[in-house]
Amino acid sequence: MLYFDHCASTPPHEEVIRTLADVMKLHYANPSSIHRSGAEAGKLIERARALAAELFGTKPREWIFTSGGTESNNLAIKGAARAFRSRGNHLITSQIEHPSVYEAFRSLEREGFRVTYVPVSETGHVDVRDVEAALTESTILVSMMHVNNETGAIQPIEAVGRLLRSKPRTLFHVDGVQSAGKLALHPDGWGIDLLTVSAHKLRGPKGAGWLYVREGIGLEPLLHGGEQEGGMRAGTENVPAIVASAKALRLALESQPGREKRMYALRERLLRGIGGIPELAPSGPAADTDQGGRGTTAAPMAPHIVHFCYPGMKPEVTIHLLEKHGITASTKSACSSKQDKPSRVLLAMGRDSASAGGGIRLSLGDEHNERDIDQLTERLAAVVEKLKPLQKGSADRDV
Amino acid sequence: MFDRVLLRFGEYMVKGKNRGRFESQMLRHVQSALQSFERLTVTRTYGRIYVALNGESYDAVADRLKDLFGIASFSPVKRVETELDAIREGTIEVMGLFPDAERTFKVSVRRVWKGFPHDSQEMNHLVGSHVLRATPKLKVDVRRPDVELRVEIHPKDTYIYSEVVPGGGGFPYGTNGKAVLLLSGGIDSPVAGWSAMRKGLELEAIHFYSYPFTSEQAKDKVVELAKRLSRFAGRPLKLHLVHFTDIQTSFAQAKQDRLIITLMRRAMLRIAERIALREGALAIVTGDSLGQVASQTLSSMNVIGRTVDLPLLRPLVMMDKQEIIGLAERIGTYETSILPYEDCCTLFVPQSPTTNPNLRVAETVESHIPGLEEMIEKAVSGMETLKLTPDDTGAGLTGAGKNEWF
Repeated sequence: MLYFDHCASTPPHEEVIRTLADVMKLHYANPSSIHRSGAEAGKLIERARALAAELFGTKPREWIFTSGGTESNNLAIKGAARAFRSRGNHLITSQIEHPSVYEAFRSLEREGFRVTYVPVSETGHVDVRDVEAALTESTILVSMMHVNNETGAIQPIEAVGRLLRSKPRTLFHVDGVQSAGKLALHPDGWGIDLLTVSAHKLRGPKGAGWLYVREGIGLEPLLHGGEQEGGMRAGTENVPAIVASAKALRLALESQPGREKRMYALRERLLRGIGGIPELAPSGPAADTDQGGRGTTAAPMAPHIVHFCYPGMKPEVTIHLLEKHGITASTKSACSSKQDKPSRVLLAMGRDSASAGGGIRLSLGDEHNERDIDQLTERLAAVVEKLKPLQKGSADRDV
Repeated sequence: MFDRVLLRFGEYMVKGKNRGRFESQMLRHVQSALQSFERLTVTRTYGRIYVALNGESYDAVADRLKDLFGIASFSPVKRVETELDAIREGTIEVMGLFPDAERTFKVSVRRVWKGFPHDSQEMNHLVGSHVLRATPKLKVDVRRPDVELRVEIHPKDTYIYSEVVPGGGGFPYGTNGKAVLLLSGGIDSPVAGWSAMRKGLELEAIHFYSYPFTSEQAKDKVVELAKRLSRFAGRPLKLHLVHFTDIQTSFAQAKQDRLIITLMRRAMLRIAERIALREGALAIVTGDSLGQVASQTLSSMNVIGRTVDLPLLRPLVMMDKQEIIGLAERIGTYETSILPYEDCCTLFVPQSPTTNPNLRVAETVESHIPGLEEMIEKAVSGMETLKLTPDDTGAGLTGAGKNEWF
C-alpha cells in the first residue's frame, strides 16, 4: 500500500513512539504536583517548550501546548476575539480556511462579531490587497492559513504580516498546520502574533499541538480550571505527547530545507505524470510545473500537496478504486470528506459544484521516492482507464 | 561566503604596559571558547585576532563570540585573491548582504602591501564605482555612511568586510582577579555576576539553601543560572551550595522578626567571606540595588555590609529594575529567574521587615544566638561544590529526562 494522505495524518517516527512510551511509563506524576516526581514531569514540559521556542527563534513562554490544531485554532481565534472585543468587533479571514478556523468564525458571528471572508483567485490564493481593503478601524484579528489543506496553495503570509505591521491593534493569526516542517516559517520575522502547529501532521503523536502566542498577548481561555500553560489552557498536561511532539517538531524542522527541495522535485514529477492523463485537471496555476513544482510566483504551491479534479466522476469512486490498486488518497480534507457536499474551498475558487465535488488530494511524505511517484502515476492512469466509460457526459457511456 | 572573522579588542587596549598580557590571555580565551569547532584556527596579529573558519559555520561561531568578554566587536570577512577584478567581485558579494534599499556607503581601502599597483585613493574609486554600478540604490557619503565597506590588501590575500557586530565588551574573563558571587534564584544576582565577569573578574558562585523549607527545584534553578553564567566564563564555573537551614531556623527562634533579614544577610556575608578567603577571592559581588527591598536600603546596606572586611561589589546598585530585567533577558537568565520556586531569602519574611536596622541591636542579638559561630563554620566546611559548564539546550534543562527523548 502506498500512503499518499500525509495532509490528513502522518506515520509517526519510531523515535517519537519510543519517547511517548518511555515518558508515559516513567513520568506519570502530575506536573503541577510539588513533589520531586511532579517537578520532573514539569521540567520535561519546559524542556519541550524551550525546544519548540528555539526551533522557531522565539521565547519559551510564547508557546502553549494544546490538544492539536483544532484546539489551537479555536483558542487563537475565539480567545483573541473575546479578549480584545473592547477594541472592535470586526474580524477578517479567508473563504478557504480549514473548518476549525471557518466554523470558529461562524460561531463568533453568532456572538455578534462581524466577519469578512476574503475571496481567493481561481488558483486558490488570497490577494493581500483584498485583505487591505477589508481592514477597518475596528478590525481586531486577521486569520489566515499558510498552506491550504485541500489544494496546497501557499498564502501570502509575509505580505499580510507586513501590511499589519502598521496596525498594532489588529492581531495576526496563522494556521501553520500544513506548512510547519514543509516550508520555512518565521513567526517573529513575519509579524505573526498567533501561530497554530499540529504534531501529527509532522510525524508526531495525535492529541498534541502548539499555539504560539506573542509575548504580551493575553487570550481568553476556552478551558477554565487550573493555572496550567500560563492560565491560558487549564487541564493536566499530556506530558508524553508533549515531549514526543517536541521531538517530532525538532526532527521535522531541522530537516525542513532538504524536505522542501526533495518534495518539490517529487511534486513536479507527479504533476507531469498527471499532465499525461487528459481526464484529470490539476487545480494549481496553469504553469505549475514550470518552476520545479513550486507553482508560479503569483500562485506558489506547497511542496507536498497535489490536488486535481476528475470532472464528471464522484471522487469517492476514484478513491475506492485507487485503494484497490494499492494507493491511499483523499478527497477534500479528511475532516469534511465524509460529507457528500461540494468543497467550500473549490467553490470559492470559482469551480462549479460538479467539479467542486470531484477534487482528489495526494499528499507526500518523507518515505516517498521517485519510484513511488511513477507507480502512483501508472495506477492513476489505470484507474482512469477503467472509469472512463462511466464518466458523466462521456461519449462511451452508452456503449 | 565568509572565510574569516576579525576580532577587535575591548577597552583594556588602553593599558599600554599590560597590553601584551591581556592580548595573549584573550587569544587563549577565544581558543577555548571556540574549541568545539575543530577545523578553525585562531591567530593574533597587530592588535587583532583572526579566526579562520576553514568551513565552520560563521553563524555558529558568531553566536559564541557575541558572549565573549574582551571583544569590542567583530566582523565576518571575505577573502579574495589580491587582484583587481577579484576584489571588485568580492565587494559586490559583501554589499549584496544588505537589503536592496536606499542607503549610503563609503569605501575604505587599506593597502597593507604597498606593492599593489593601485594606491588606496585610486582603489577607493575603482571599488566604489564598481559597487555603485551594481547597486543603483546606493549613494556615496564619505562623512556619515550607513555602511562602511572595508578592503585590506595584503600581498596574496585581500580581506573584504562591512558588517561590525558588537562583542561582549569589557575585559577578558579573569584578567582582573577573582571574587565570589552571592547567587540567589532571583533576577538580579545573575545579572550582577555577569556584570562582574564582564569587568574581567573570575567568579565562584555561592548559593544558600534551606531544604526542606525551600524545594529541590529552587536549588536546581540556581544550578541552571550558574550554568548559564559559565557560558560567559568560557570555562567551568564553581557553584558552592551552602546548607543554611540551621542558621535560618535559629534566627527565626530569636524573636526578632523585623531583624531577621538583616541577620540572615550578615550571616551569608560572613560565610561568603570565609569561602572567598579559602578560594583566594578578593571581593564579594551581590545583586543589591539601592532601595529595592528592605535589606537594600542605605541603612540596611550599612549594617549588613559592616560584618565583613572584603570589598562588597554591587554592580546593580544604581540601576532601575527595568534595566536589570532588560539585561537578564539579554544574557538569558530571565526565563529561569522568574520560575516560581521560593529561595531562602523569602522564607520567614516578616510582615514588615525593618528598613532602618540598628547595628548595635543586630550585634547584640547575634551574640545571644547559641552556637552561631560554630554553625557558620559548619556551613562553610559542609558545603557542596559543583563545577558547571553550559548546556546546549538553550534553556538549560538538560537535567530533564533523557536527551534521546528530545
